[in-house]
Amino acid sequence: MPVNTEVQRAGQEQSTATPVLEINNLCTNFELPGSTVQAVRDVSFTLCPGQRLAVVGESGSGKSAMAMSLVGLIPPPGKVASGSVKLRGKELVGLGDKEISAIRGKDIGLVFQDPMAGLDPLKTIGSQFVETIRVHQNLSVRQAKELACELLAEVGVNDPRRRIEDYPHQYSGGMRQRVLIAMAIANDPAVVIADEPTTALDVTTQAQVLELLERICDERGNALMMITHNLGIVRQLCDSVNVMYAGRVVEQTSVNALFNEPTHPYTKALLDCMIDPYTTVRGQLPAIPGSPPDLAAAQPGCAFAERCPLGSAEKICHEQRPEAVVLASGAVSRCHFAHELEGAQS
Amino acid sequence: MSTEDLLVIENLNKSYSTGFGGRNKTQILHDVSLSVGRGQTLGLVGESGSGKSTTASCVMGLTAVDSGSIRFDGREITGLSKSERRALRSSMQMVFQDPNGSLDPRFTVRELVEEPLIIHGHKDRSERALKVAKTLDLVGLTEKQAERYPHAFSGGQRQRIAIARALVLNPQLVVLDEPVSALDVSIQAQVLNLLAQLQDELSLTYLFIVHDLAVAKLMSHQIAVMHRGKVVEYGTSQEVFEQTSHPYTKALLDAVPGTKQGVGHA
Repeated sequence: MPVNTEVQRAGQEQSTATPVLEINNLCTNFELPGSTVQAVRDVSFTLCPGQRLAVVGESGSGKSAMAMSLVGLIPPPGKVASGSVKLRGKELVGLGDKEISAIRGKDIGLVFQDPMAGLDPLKTIGSQFVETIRVHQNLSVRQAKELACELLAEVGVNDPRRRIEDYPHQYSGGMRQRVLIAMAIANDPAVVIADEPTTALDVTTQAQVLELLERICDERGNALMMITHNLGIVRQLCDSVNVMYAGRVVEQTSVNALFNEPTHPYTKALLDCMIDPYTTVRGQLPAIPGSPPDLAAAQPGCAFAERCPLGSAEKICHEQRPEAVVLASGAVSRCHFAHELEGAQS
Repeated sequence: MSTEDLLVIENLNKSYSTGFGGRNKTQILHDVSLSVGRGQTLGLVGESGSGKSTTASCVMGLTAVDSGSIRFDGREITGLSKSERRALRSSMQMVFQDPNGSLDPRFTVRELVEEPLIIHGHKDRSERALKVAKTLDLVGLTEKQAERYPHAFSGGQRQRIAIARALVLNPQLVVLDEPVSALDVSIQAQVLNLLAQLQDELSLTYLFIVHDLAVAKLMSHQIAVMHRGKVVEYGTSQEVFEQTSHPYTKALLDAVPGTKQGVGHA
């Protein structure tokens, strides 16, 4: 498929800045016996310094698979089938394990959902932190420890010099996530990828962690890719958004436009599902009927057509895959009726 | 407390022993008093560790209480014997957060929904089949789906199966422990609508444990906010939302990301 840079860049406000990460036509497949699950399908976008991009979608929409593809963490039998990922112009797809792990944790920092899974329960926070730093930076243990203490203080761990000798189980969930954020930024990455970093946390703790992420990104100017299914978090933290459905990015837009004028029926349906404690009526919560399509099956048309209030009756939606449409607002929508949707709202 | 209340909890206390040899006691519940009216929903809101699940577990008899009383349908149910508890259990059922953890992968949906009936001594095979069919229909699962295994279903559908398992015994009280927090928003809405519809049709009473205040407001007639083992705010859901008195409830409301309150300090 030809690369249309204009389409990719549209929908992102900082199109003048040089992107730090450029993703073109990325496809990731999982080869299973008898079938191929196409988890990520032809995804293209760019990430600029300082940009805070949200990747939104349901479970199984390919958002995590996409993020893991960027850093070479797709577990077998999964594999990046085609496409390119460029970090400051350097191609990452096809790099060996050694080369990609030199980038992962250094140029691209990662924060995962479950903070316990990212920490070794048998080692102190300090020894894990020092290891993380020394893999990528030429520092002595003493210097690395000093840096670790500074970073822990920065993310709000009290008395880091004492706490650094503690084991992960001595930290609460929110504190562990702070530690992981500190580790993710330890080597001053250009991009931080956070995969549902607050899903396992309580709301009050979540609010603190989100504030922390926001402050860190403001101060350091790194790009943030926030993977989440929580649209409230998107609104609070991000400036632009990729909405994914069944492996494809179906809408690329700014966060403001997302909430005010969604131009894809799926985005609109997602927004309708948000519960407003003040207006939603019990038992009449708008739901999206059906469930997402099987990613191993061929999709001749639009993947959302079966569940779509617009497209379920339209022949074209079932037969022809919608191309990306750039709208006047700068948003990119993969819907045959994107122009109509846009018109209906203004 | 009115006589209409199906479940009345009074001055419930519970502590666990911790530390070496159980020397220290951690008080989990401090004088928790709550009641749920027939056909109503009590939303139990709070963070992890606030004691909401322990409260539910005491109600279900899965945890012994230290002191206090729990009355179900006018009858004291703390300190029941095993067999008495078992007899009671068909009128109070529970739905858990993770549908994967509560469904045996080797059972078909029909077998899963039939199992509670067998356990509770419903011997008539044809009567069981009838009840299963009725319950499956109630939660929106088809006859064809009943022959499949849980792995063939999405998270939302699995939660439907778990709900069917709870309802097949025709309970009065259903304890819902975070039934939608593992689900996607679009699916969450389907399950919440189903729960509301089932409550109206079967006049069920729900004890709804939830950490999401918006969901609590939507589903509950009354809300109790728990914090460190105490009920810090208790009233109709309208009251709790509009006349928030406890600072912890305010903090909870403010912490919901991206809501009307949340946008301001973003």
